Amino acid sequence: MDKTISYEKLDEILSQYPSENPAIVAILQDIQEEYRYLPKEIFAYLAEKLKISIAKIYSVATFYENFSLTPKGDYIIKICDGTACHVRKSIPILEALRKELGLSAAKHTTDDLGFTVETVSCLGACGLAPVITVNEKVYASMTPEKTVALLNEIRKERANENKE
Amino acid sequence: MKIKNRNELIAQRENFLKELKKQKKKIYVCAGTGCVAGGSLEIFEKLKEVIEAKNIHCEVELKTEGQDNSIGLKQSGCHGFCEMGPLLRIEPMKLLYLKVSLDDCEEIVEKSIIHDELVERLVYKKDGISYSVQEEIPFYKNQNRLVLEDCGQIDAESIEEYIAYGGYRALEKCLFDISGEEIIKIISDAVLRGRGGGGFPAGRKWTQVRAQKEPVKYIVCNGDEGDPGAFMDRSIMEGDPHKMLEGMMIAAISSGSREGYIYVRAEYPLAIKRLRLAIENAKQVGLLGENILGTDFSFDIKIVKGAGAFVCGEGSALTVSIEGDRGMPRVKPPRTVEQGLYGKPTLLNNVETFANVPMIIMNGADWYKSIGPEKSPGTKAFALTGNIVNTGLIEVPMGTTLKKIIFDIGGGIRDGKGFKAVQIGGPSGGCLTKEHLDLPLDFDSLKKVGAMIGSGGLVVMDDDTCMVEVARFFMNFTQNESCGKCVPCREGTRRMLEILERIVQGKGKLEDLDLLEELAATISETSLCGLGKTAASPVVSTLKYFKDEYIEHIVNKKCPTKTCQALKTISIEAELCKGCTKCAKICPVAAIHGKVKEPFVIDQEKCIKCGACIDSCSFKAIKED
Repeated sequence: MDKTISYEKLDEILSQYPSENPAIVAILQDIQEEYRYLPKEIFAYLAEKLKISIAKIYSVATFYENFSLTPKGDYIIKICDGTACHVRKSIPILEALRKELGLSAAKHTTDDLGFTVETVSCLGACGLAPVITVNEKVYASMTPEKTVALLNEIRKERANENKE
Repeated sequence: MKIKNRNELIAQRENFLKELKKQKKKIYVCAGTGCVAGGSLEIFEKLKEVIEAKNIHCEVELKTEGQDNSIGLKQSGCHGFCEMGPLLRIEPMKLLYLKVSLDDCEEIVEKSIIHDELVERLVYKKDGISYSVQEEIPFYKNQNRLVLEDCGQIDAESIEEYIAYGGYRALEKCLFDISGEEIIKIISDAVLRGRGGGGFPAGRKWTQVRAQKEPVKYIVCNGDEGDPGAFMDRSIMEGDPHKMLEGMMIAAISSGSREGYIYVRAEYPLAIKRLRLAIENAKQVGLLGENILGTDFSFDIKIVKGAGAFVCGEGSALTVSIEGDRGMPRVKPPRTVEQGLYGKPTLLNNVETFANVPMIIMNGADWYKSIGPEKSPGTKAFALTGNIVNTGLIEVPMGTTLKKIIFDIGGGIRDGKGFKAVQIGGPSGGCLTKEHLDLPLDFDSLKKVGAMIGSGGLVVMDDDTCMVEVARFFMNFTQNESCGKCVPCREGTRRMLEILERIVQGKGKLEDLDLLEELAATISETSLCGLGKTAASPVVSTLKYFKDEYIEHIVNKKCPTKTCQALKTISIEAELCKGCTKCAKICPVAAIHGKVKEPFVIDQEKCIKCGACIDSCSFKAIKED
């Protein structure tokens, strides 16, 4: 998160794509993988390098759900709110997490950049509904209580890491 | 090792099969997303450790020159019975063990691998009967698994096993025995219809792409399975990726294409990983690349990862998204078959459709047509989810009744509750009710009752589900996913959502129902793409079958299933209340008041129905209804 923007790194990513009409989505995905969000500094740089307008790149970045223009927490918790999870009560899980972390529909990430809580439409693990993922690891058949317990475990883990 | 021609492929197939036969027993650990979440990869490692500790040779990949009497240990794709995971299948006994944990591994190896004994407690049981053989379990017995046949019964990461069990024979046939025209004739005669939702005849699409004069053509596989509640495409990509690749290659031969793309949702990381590996392996053995099997057919496949936009499941939005732009649909014609990806003729089918192709080529159109109804032949995979006993992935012939799916395969409704409805086809589909239990499910029968097969998600809902809230849920989804290009969808879905939100909050008016119907008709008629055209379907169908529930919300301000929070009344029973003040302290809006040691009361005007007081009361004096 604290990485400063390395233009060398950006050039390295760009070098893997053709210089003419490259797929912006794929480039932005690679950049987001590196920084875990899309820092605003990259837009002007990309526009110049790719010879397209900043508006064009920005329009792609804001169209897709997966791109984030703000930094995300170390732990990204996604609550599946697909139909199957919804009818098996996924919303109480979301509410419990938000309450526990002081987040809301408008505020997704904690101030210390520890946790991000968001919903996704469907993770495709409907047989195990309701599911959540923490940094891509899937947790099945969750309840608000189990989720808070999991959160406390992660917090403990984080505290230990910070000590070291 | 490159396979240079047909004879070498045949020789390799025999070779791999011989190697497989050396494995005395085979263990398939389910490594689909569901079972991985349950810890199946740890179980895989543990089994390997236990087997090797007993000085038995354990083969985790199929090698030439393998040892006799070894134990094959494999990570398979999804078995479909996700509710019971992690799952383990042992061959040749066809055993299926359920809910396996790390502690079971030692006993499994000792009893079922070294000896031929059962671990009774891991076997499926129902009504006092034990079912040790997978195919005998009612959940499987009532299915007809063709596309999903190998999902769970083949190493998902091994091209060698796919080849050994007859994989790429259809490709062989298409390269050496029949012409491109004959391929299309078989697909057309088989009446294979697109499994992505619309049910458009694949043969017609393939014919149109073949007829295009343009030298550059693309094959695109739609793996953007965005319908919440559907995961059959994910399971195929994860569990049997080569079957789908083979289908794409055959499509490429028929249309004269050299390049293919697979568009996969970013939410499916495991599918992307397995597909990447499958493509890499196919390139290594020469089944992808230049001059495949020594012919002049060259083909390459690339994977494009989606970035989270439901609308990209629509053909023209998907192709612009591959190009890297905002995934917005465009006006048609020209259609995708004429001008699709990069403006070139494009053959676009979904995962399940391509996975159907190899077996149709091998077994012929007549065989395929012998399964299911005449105009919608073949099987369909359905994702069975929601309030049902056996959730999971199933495959049945088209034309199977809802009753058979929900009760015989699905085991009925959870917790002994009653069946209310099933949502079919996701946010674009409609609901089916008790009166449809005997309806044979196929593309045409569903259209007649205002629903659609869609990608095949079946979300089962019990008596306790509020249908107005379900309609609001879907409209919220579609509203979020509307790309904003055309006005009817962008504005219309927002207005519909506002009305539905009013109704679930008890602020609806009866005129709202007419307005909903009017908006639905306009949006369906005037939207640009499929997302908009079908956006109102859940509302229209719930209004048709559950109008009483809407009226109850509007006129009596009551939610019959007590789902809608805002319509609940929370009150304190004076006789049970001890006046302990606990609830008054916990109430976030100070709506509870009274004198200590006397019954307290809730001010209904102030109450926000959060329910905090209910949990706090030690005397169960606070009730909700």
